[in-house]
Amino acid sequence: MKSHTSIAALAASLAFAASPVLAQTEINFWHAMGGALGEKVEEIATDFNEMQDEFKVVPTYKGNYTENMTAAIAAFRAGEQPHIVQVFEVGTATMMAAQGAVKPVYGVMGNADIDWDADAYLPAVKSYYTTPEGQLLSLPFNSSTPVMWYNKDMLDAAGVEEVPQTWDDMFAAAEKLKANGADCAFSFGWQSWVMLENYLAWHDEPIGTQQNGFAGLDTEFVFNESTDLTELLQRIADSQADGMFKYGGRRGDSLPLFTTGECAMWMNSSAYYAGISEQAEFEFGQAMLPVNTAVRDEAQNSIIGGATLWVLEGHDDAEYQGVAEFFNYMSTPEVQADWHQSSGYVPITTAAYELSKEQGFYDENPGTDTAIKQLSLNEPTENSRGIRFGNFVQIRDIINEELEALWAGDQTANEALDNAADRGNDLLREFQDTNS
Amino acid sequence: MRAKRVTFRHRWLPYALIAPQILITIVFFLWPASQAIYQSLLRQDAFGLRTEFVGLKNFARLFADPLYLDSFITTILFSTLVTALSMLTALILAVMADRVLRGSLTYRTLLIWPYAVAPAVAGVLWWFLFNPTIGIIAYALDGLGYDWNHYVSGSDAMALIVIAAAWRQVSYNFLFFLAGLQAIPRSLTEAAAIDGAGPVKRFLTIQLPLLSPTVFFLLVVNLVYAFFETFGVVHATTSGGPGNATNILVYKVWRDAFEGLNLGSSAAQSVVLMVIVIALTAIQFRYIERRVEY
Repeated sequence: MKSHTSIAALAASLAFAASPVLAQTEINFWHAMGGALGEKVEEIATDFNEMQDEFKVVPTYKGNYTENMTAAIAAFRAGEQPHIVQVFEVGTATMMAAQGAVKPVYGVMGNADIDWDADAYLPAVKSYYTTPEGQLLSLPFNSSTPVMWYNKDMLDAAGVEEVPQTWDDMFAAAEKLKANGADCAFSFGWQSWVMLENYLAWHDEPIGTQQNGFAGLDTEFVFNESTDLTELLQRIADSQADGMFKYGGRRGDSLPLFTTGECAMWMNSSAYYAGISEQAEFEFGQAMLPVNTAVRDEAQNSIIGGATLWVLEGHDDAEYQGVAEFFNYMSTPEVQADWHQSSGYVPITTAAYELSKEQGFYDENPGTDTAIKQLSLNEPTENSRGIRFGNFVQIRDIINEELEALWAGDQTANEALDNAADRGNDLLREFQDTNS
Repeated sequence: MRAKRVTFRHRWLPYALIAPQILITIVFFLWPASQAIYQSLLRQDAFGLRTEFVGLKNFARLFADPLYLDSFITTILFSTLVTALSMLTALILAVMADRVLRGSLTYRTLLIWPYAVAPAVAGVLWWFLFNPTIGIIAYALDGLGYDWNHYVSGSDAMALIVIAAAWRQVSYNFLFFLAGLQAIPRSLTEAAAIDGAGPVKRFLTIQLPLLSPTVFFLLVVNLVYAFFETFGVVHATTSGGPGNATNILVYKVWRDAFEGLNLGSSAAQSVVLMVIVIALTAIQFRYIERRVEY
């Protein structure tokens, strides 16, 4: 009997202790930010919770981007979905097509009792996530863009005075590096994102029809029709024989090629800032992606990667008020500038960018504004706004596979791009059939 | 020889006794399997908001896809190599450990150790060892004049996943082989030794035939392991690349479902895999087990 009373007492005390929390409305937030970034997300939520006592945001780490998205979808199918879920940019079409599962952010913010300005967000970030009418579907949070990382020590030693700005400069610098005994001049990661999606946006060329998928589901890939891209990829593949380019795997697998000083230049996300500054024992910098002067003299603008926050259906109006207030808090210049400076992601609002400038962040850390400069180089066009293709996670795998066969010398750049477009189009048709 | 017969006095008792096993089979096999079959006939968006019955379309698409057929060949090559490598290595180690008298416990513990490592962890470990830039084995191979790069070379990548997948399974096989060897009466090998048979001859004519039930059992277990439990290894080392060189069937199922969110196609692939494993097991028990010497 004694144990029963003590359990009852414990339960009562727990209930008592929990009662102030129960009065708050809980907002569940599933994210994919591990390590230091995850701690930062926790910090943002805690600050918000302490600021007011009506809502309590509970962030939960659910694994990487794909795992987080799959977990949220599985939860939705089981009727246990969180309020907020972080989804990477290639999941946009899937989320958008999920009418009835997703609550557009413009609606959530519009219905809530707050003052909110959708135009505060950077055009290059915002345009990726809006309807054709310009309404914001998900909240920008962590956006990045590919930049060119360079090893200043290696460039200096080889007598390369200026960081390459064009692809011709790249190959000229590669010759010099090679002559100086470098193992490899350049490499890149996330090749579909960097060398295909961003290359084409950077040169204002289309990736697919229907405004890169923004204007409809009946879209088709045209990236294989870009002769300059085909020629460039072939030139890169051929330069492997001279040891100028070295392929180091998918995603960020090629990072060690750069940080160990094997390759002098590496094109990948600006969000590698934290990792590189921790590991590199040489002077490094970030520069803008090179331009192919055979197509145009000036670059257009690069497109983003990273993730946004989506709101899921199936909760009470009072809870959505909490979501809106939390989103509003996250978008404040102070929170955003802090997030940007500690993570290497780009500031998502103009105000946060201005604030970082005022705080002298870019003077102390030269080059950290490369990403945002690339994104806001020009007003985005239909070709440089971003991409919105269904099944794009799988399509990126296809592009990886076909490009790898090119690097292995099993096919030409022309064949690689044609095959990737053909196989990708099949998946686009499948997505169109499923979602219309 | 007559089989033992047990007679139950109550009619329901035997059913009650096997009921837990039946229940487990229903919950963990029959029900998910029927769900997979049902799902393979549907086309559904990720959230399950729109469902359409498409009949056998998912299967038709699969078999019209030359890459799916490539994946079949890759899987057969991979499973054969993993099974052969892990069983041969384990057998050699077991025969050697069987002879050791002093410190045999230490050897055994060390050899069994890798089995405790999760496939994904094993994958990451080998990824580090064979990383073309920072890996110590890749460095050693470079010293020997071989330019190892599993990011570009498909055969290097295949070698990497075979080693990573087989390494863990060696421990498991070792355990069974050692137990099998120790169950063979010493008097048999001693008698052969007195008759003048050398160690190799003793092994091939006495120990190996007596070990055949273990060999057969491990053959099935290892094939099933290579077919179904290796996606963690592939995911952590090569992600199916370069190109499609290491995109084995079970990895493709996982990737299409959990990354591509293409549930219909993935379910169809699971059904194909299920048919394969049922066929494999049936054929082996029906035709091979009969020839096994007990």
